[in-house]
Parts: sequence; structure tokens; C-alpha cells
Amino acid sequence: MDGVQLLVSGLANGCVYGLIALGFVLIYKATEAVNFAQGDFMMLGAFVTLGLTNAEYLHLPFWIAAPLAILIMAFFGYLLDLLILRHLFGQSQTAVVILTIALGFVIRFVAGVIWGHEPQTLESPLAFGDVSLGGVVLGMADVAVIVVTVLLTWSLYQFFQRTKLGLAMQAASQNQMAAYFMGIPVKRVQGLIWGLSGATAAVAGILFASKGAIDPNAGLLGIKAFAAAVIGGFGSLPGALAGGLIVGVIEPFAARYLAAGYSQIAPYALLLAVLVFRPHGLFSQVRTKKV
Amino acid sequence: MRIQFKTSYDHDIRLFPDRHSLIVYGALILLALVLPFLINEFYIGEVTNVLIWAIAGLGLMLLTGQTGQASLGHAAFLAIGCYTNTILIEQGLPFLLAFPLAGVITGVVGAIIAIPALRLHGIYLAIATIALSILADDIIVLLEPWTGGVSGKFPDVIRVFGMEIERWTMPVRFYYLVLAVAVMCTLFYRNILRSPLGRAFDAVRDSEVSATAMGVHIARTKATAFGLSCMITGWAGALMGYYAGAFNNETFSLVISITLLMMIVIGGLGSIHGAFFGAVVVAFLPQGLSILKDSVLGSGVAIPGLETGVFGMILILFILFEPMGLYGRWLKIRIWFELFPFARKDMFRRQKSYLKTERLR
Amino acid sequence: MSLLKVENATLKFGGVVAVNDLSFSVNEGEVYAIVGPNGAGKSTVFNLVSRFYQPYAGRFSFDGQDLLSCKPDEVADLGIARTFQNIELFDHATVLQNLLVGRHRHRRTTLIEELFFAPRVRQEERHHRAAVEEVIDFLDLQPYRDKMIAGLPYGVRKVVELGRALASGPRLLLLDEPASGLSVEETQDMRWWIDDIRKQMGITVLMVEHDMGLVSGVSDRVLALADGAKLAEGTPAEVQSDPAVIEAYLGAGAA
Repeated sequence: MDGVQLLVSGLANGCVYGLIALGFVLIYKATEAVNFAQGDFMMLGAFVTLGLTNAEYLHLPFWIAAPLAILIMAFFGYLLDLLILRHLFGQSQTAVVILTIALGFVIRFVAGVIWGHEPQTLESPLAFGDVSLGGVVLGMADVAVIVVTVLLTWSLYQFFQRTKLGLAMQAASQNQMAAYFMGIPVKRVQGLIWGLSGATAAVAGILFASKGAIDPNAGLLGIKAFAAAVIGGFGSLPGALAGGLIVGVIEPFAARYLAAGYSQIAPYALLLAVLVFRPHGLFSQVRTKKV
Repeated sequence: MRIQFKTSYDHDIRLFPDRHSLIVYGALILLALVLPFLINEFYIGEVTNVLIWAIAGLGLMLLTGQTGQASLGHAAFLAIGCYTNTILIEQGLPFLLAFPLAGVITGVVGAIIAIPALRLHGIYLAIATIALSILADDIIVLLEPWTGGVSGKFPDVIRVFGMEIERWTMPVRFYYLVLAVAVMCTLFYRNILRSPLGRAFDAVRDSEVSATAMGVHIARTKATAFGLSCMITGWAGALMGYYAGAFNNETFSLVISITLLMMIVIGGLGSIHGAFFGAVVVAFLPQGLSILKDSVLGSGVAIPGLETGVFGMILILFILFEPMGLYGRWLKIRIWFELFPFARKDMFRRQKSYLKTERLR
Repeated sequence: MSLLKVENATLKFGGVVAVNDLSFSVNEGEVYAIVGPNGAGKSTVFNLVSRFYQPYAGRFSFDGQDLLSCKPDEVADLGIARTFQNIELFDHATVLQNLLVGRHRHRRTTLIEELFFAPRVRQEERHHRAAVEEVIDFLDLQPYRDKMIAGLPYGVRKVVELGRALASGPRLLLLDEPASGLSVEETQDMRWWIDDIRKQMGITVLMVEHDMGLVSGVSDRVLALADGAKLAEGTPAEVQSDPAVIEAYLGAGAA
């Protein structure tokens, strides 16, 4: 039964990676930019929730604080696009990569100034209690994480397939210029995408903080989520989630069964292996430029 | 405005395009040579630090500025250069052999690592190199018998023809050593730029299909760029080891990789000047900040993450308002003075462009 | 004597047959044009010859040598140069540097020599530069020599691309829609240049073009394609009067 517990906690971790990875992929699909600050978005989302709900701060009820935090982060994402990223329109991918890394530094610094560098725990109803399923004791938080992730992924998928806005986003990602000429407000759509990924990051942050303590450096988790996104394939939403789950599950098992020095290497070794053998990820087809 | 009259092809081929730049750079070299007589040893140490960062910056610039590949893992190559140099010297090789060899070995390792990474574009390469940078830390620990693991290593005093060079006790000698390496790397960089390989780098950066059609082997060219970049970075790493006096698995962290990339962006991508300008910022920013902080908040107040936060902020401002970096700003100021009073603001306006996608439509 | 020989070339993209059992040969010293409606597979033929696409079946030979054994970058070494339909220049380099990249297949210096800029590198550079200057004179590119590509008008870029291909000193020049997007005067210039390229430089030209005026003005033979297969081949006049060609262009019943 030990294996099952490892698996479930791995899956729960993986869901958080997956959700951050989802944010990467959303933005990448829409703008071909990569938001290296996605992990820091997640951290910020967690801290915003914490600031709203914890007793020593605003002490709002969790079920009000959480949606509020998600809204705030969505607005934050939109604002970021409006104020900063929109001005990079047409610049190289490298510029955006570097800019978002810098943004991550700034977010980390600001979060450190506001909430301090000590790890803090979110007072969340998800954080307490265990569930017993067929003799296996699972953390309530782990189960909640998995459920919320599945729901969120499903609704995002529906959003892109069914709604007009979702289709517009897809169109804008496939050919900016053509979409623009077809009357899609490309810039606004991109702003909304950033908002959406901010919201996703907030959800990931709330779930992550429910599972344990959070500090400004938690954003570095983004790197693992990044590995997850690549393993899954940068172009696909389900792929990102699957990649997250793979990384999440590998970690506890590597820690259990591999020697100490090797276990933390495992996710990155897998990442490099995937990049070598399937450079565009496990779940996406290879595309090349046409002349 | 200076007007050049070119009378032979050599005008475009030689190291200094005209007499003016020959004089300027000659004066600069001269200044660098007499610098130890002008400022005290503490500041010589600081200038040495700038030069070492500039060498590392040149290494990354060759890759990112010239072939357009962003590496977020160059700290790993700093580490390889540093450890290789130290280990070779421990094995009894003289410095004059070990040091160049350390760079070459780093370059070869870089080229080998690059081969699978070559198929990766843009962000994928960035991610692969991030992974590399993180792995480097763990691998150094795992290779403890050679690397000393967590307790690290202390580089020996440099001996060149019976002359001892040490960073703390004789900073001036160390300064000259670093200066020589910096000049050499700059020359290498310039030479590559004005020969067929440099043009192939530009070609690979701007259009892989037409580079191929012109007979440029994409993979080989990228691997060469990666190798050369790593070679220069390896030398910088070896010098960093001497400068720090001690190093272990945490010395060359991901943060160093990122700082390096940010540095060349602030300096100005694609130019030798950019590497040096960026190095000045990176080397002096921490001092400047702590002086500023002490005068505003009083000493003793610690703000963790202040440096990186401010650094990030500066970088964002640069990317937004001066994507060509400090060098680009410098060029604009120079043109403004040369044309005075005829320079207009619109002269420097950027062209609007749409996203040029590498995706198949 | 045929310089380029394509036999039974077939290429499929998934289920779509882009080129279907196509055979043709280009004689040394002639201008050979491929015409056809959009989507007929003209550019695909180019991409097959320059080895960007791997054919499903067929034989390609250049001067008796098997093209299929070459990698895409080795095609240039054989002496085949090409231009692209949607201009693929090196945007952040000058016209001169672009043309010099065309000389890349003549690079004889090694990495070490270039690192130290050995005398041989300087010598070679002078040599490359002289060759490029000839192309610049030929195409009247002197005013643009040190200009960045990114700031040049479309018509000039088109010429620079032709120049880059010429700078490589090819035996066979593949021109993918050399006149598309050009003004009437520019098309006229292009016509003289193609004529001169063949007559003065003795370079064989294979081109894809929509402008029938240009095609009938410069080409010796024309191949009409439709749906990836050969429709007609012959002199420009013969092809233009071919009923099958007229039908493909104007629709059934028009003839």
C-alpha cells in the first residue's frame, strides 16, 4: 500500500506542476512566448490568497478569499500584458524569455518585501484531515488537488473547443496576422490569455499552499513545471498536464529507490532524454517551417 | 559625421576599419596597461572582476548574439572550465598548458553536449540548458573524487615562467593576466566575425532554410558556435575560480547562468562592446546598491533579494525602452553628437513588425 | 546534354499527392520554366531538387551525380543555388554580408585559421569580396552595399536574393517566382538579368513563374504542371496553345 500512497502524493505534486505547465502552454500557444515567471505567478497567487485569508492579515473566509485571489491574479496577468508584454510585440523570443525571467526576480523580491522570507502556511480548509480509501490513507489536500486539476483542465479544454473566445485565441495563436485581418482583436485576446494563465497560476498556488508551506522562493518550482511542459510537449494542454504528472510521480519514487545524489537529478535527466529523443515532447507532432 | 573613403577591399577586412577606431582602441589598451599606476589595488581587483565577467559575456554573446541561441546554462561551462583547469594543474601540468587546454576541453564538451541540443529551437534550447545548469550542481557533488564535492577546491598559485601570480597578494599581476586573456578572446571574437564562419553564424540566426541552401551545414555551424562559446566561457570560469579563491558545487549556480544572459542583454546583444558594458553593470551594481541602501536606510538593514530584484527591474526597462542595450544607447548618443544639431528623434524609431513564426501554418 | 534529370518523382503529404510521377530534364545552358496554377506542385519540385523534401519515389541526378545521396547543404556544393518565393534573406546583416554568405561553399579556411585570422583567411576574403563585387556590379546593387536588409524595399530584396544565389557561382540556378511582387519595370530588369545570366555567365536556369510574359520572353522550354503531374512540355508558344493547359488555366469548355 506504500506504493499507492507514493503514487497519490506524487500525482498531487504532479498536478501542481501540471497546472503551472498549463499556464506556460496557454501563453505559448497564444503568443509563442514563454513565461518563465509562471512559477512566480503561482507563488504570488498563493501569497495573495494567504494575505486575504490568514488570521494575521485580512482574515477573510477562505471561500471568498480564493475566488478573489484568482480574480486578482487574472487581472495581474492582464495588466502585465497591457503594460509590458504588449510592447514587445514582434521582438524575438529570446527577449521575452529574458524579460519574464527578470519579471520573476522582481515578483520574488516584491513578495519577499511584503510577506517576508519565512515559510508560511495557508489556512485552508483543504489542508486538514485525511481520507481513507480502501485502507489507504490519503491527505485531503492531495485528493482536492487532483480533483480540482481534473476539473480545471476539462473546463479549459471545453473553453478552447466550444466558445467563440476560445476559438479566437486558437486562431490568434496559429496566425497572428491572418487572425488580425479576420477581425479578431489579437492584442486583447493575448491580454486575456495572460489573464487566464494568471488565474490558472493562482489556482495552482492555492493548491500548492494547501499542501504545505510557501515562501518567495517557491516560484523556483516553475523550473520543474517547465520540465514537465517540455516532457509533455509545449503545444498541447493535455500534454502539459501529463508531463506534470510524470515529473510528479517520478520524484517520490526516485527519492525512495535511487541513491541520494541521483534522486533529484531524475526529472532533469528525463527532460534531457526527452529532448534528445523526442525534441518536441512526448505528446506533440513535429512541425517544421515551410518555404 | 565621419565619412570613410574605402579604397580597397582590405578596408572592410582589417581589424580596425579606419584610423579613428585604431586610435580609440589603441588608447583604450594603453589606458588598460597603465591602469595599475593610476588606481589602487582594491579597484584593480574590481576592474579584474569586470574583465572576467566580460570574458564570460563574450563567450555567451558569441552564442546568443551571433547565432541567436539563448543558453541559460553557461554557468555549467564556467564550472567545467574552472574544475578542468584546477584538476589539470593538480596533475602537474604547467599553467600555460593547463589554462588553454581547460578552455579547449570545455569547448569540446560544449560542442558534444550541443549536438543533441542542436535540433532544439529557441525555448527548447533554453530549457535544456537550464536543466544542464541544475544538473551541473548535482554532478559536481557526485564526482566528488575529482571535484571535492561540497567542500570544494582551492586553486593553486599560478606559476608562469617561475613568476607567481595570485589574486589577493599580487592583484596587479593577476589583472595583467586577465587583461591578456580578455584581449585574446576579443581578438578571437573579432576574427570569427570577419571570416566566413561568422557570416555563417549570422545566416543560421536569420534563416536556417536559406543558410542550408547556401551550403551552410546548420548542425555543424551551431555546434561550432556552441563549442567556441563554451571555450571562451571555460577560460572565464578558470579565471573566476582564481578570483574567488575557492569554489564548490554552488559557486556556478543557475543564478550565475541567468545573470550572464541578462548581462549581455543589458550590454547590447550582438556586439563586443555589449559584453564589456554589461560586465561593468553586473560587477558594480551590488556595490552601488549597498552604498545606496546604507545611505538611505542606514547600514545593517538587510533586504534579501534586493540585488536580483533591482537587476530584474533594470533589465525589464532595458528590454522595453532600449532593446539594443547600453551599446545601442551609446551609439545613439554618439550619432546625436555627430549630427548635432540635425539629429531627430524619429531617426531611431523601431520598425513595427509582426511575429515571425517558425511554426508550420 | 541534360544537366538536371528528374525521373518519376513522386511526393505525398499524408494522403495528398503533391508531385505525381513527374519526369523532366533541364539541358545545360537553357532557361527552363515550370508553370502551373497555384498548388500544382511547382515549389514542391524546387524543394525536392534542393533536398528540403525527401521524395516518396523517383530519381534525381545532377550532372550524372545522384542528388538523393546529398544532404540539403551539400546540394550547394554541387553548384545548385536557389532563391525563395517569400524571400529568405538574412535580415540583420548587410547586403554585402548576405552576398558573402553565398560564397560559403567556397570556404577553404579552417576554424583555427579563422580564429587567428591567418594570412590565408585574409587572402580568401579578398577573393570572395572580388567575386561578390562582380555580382554587385552585374545587378547594380552598389547603392545598397552596406545597407541592412531589414530596411530595404521588396524589389531590392528580390534582387539581393538573386545576387546571393549568383555569388555562390552556381552551374544551375533555381529561381522560385523571380518576378512575383515586382513592378513592371522591375520585372523587365529581371528579364534582362535572366537573359544575361544564361548568355554571359553560362548558367543554366530553372524557374517557377506565373508571369507568362516573363516566361515566354526568356525561357527556351516550358513545363506545365497541374496537380503535380506533367500537363505539357515544349517551347513557350507550344505550351501556351496546348488545349490541356488552356483548360487547366481557364476551366473546362473555355477552349
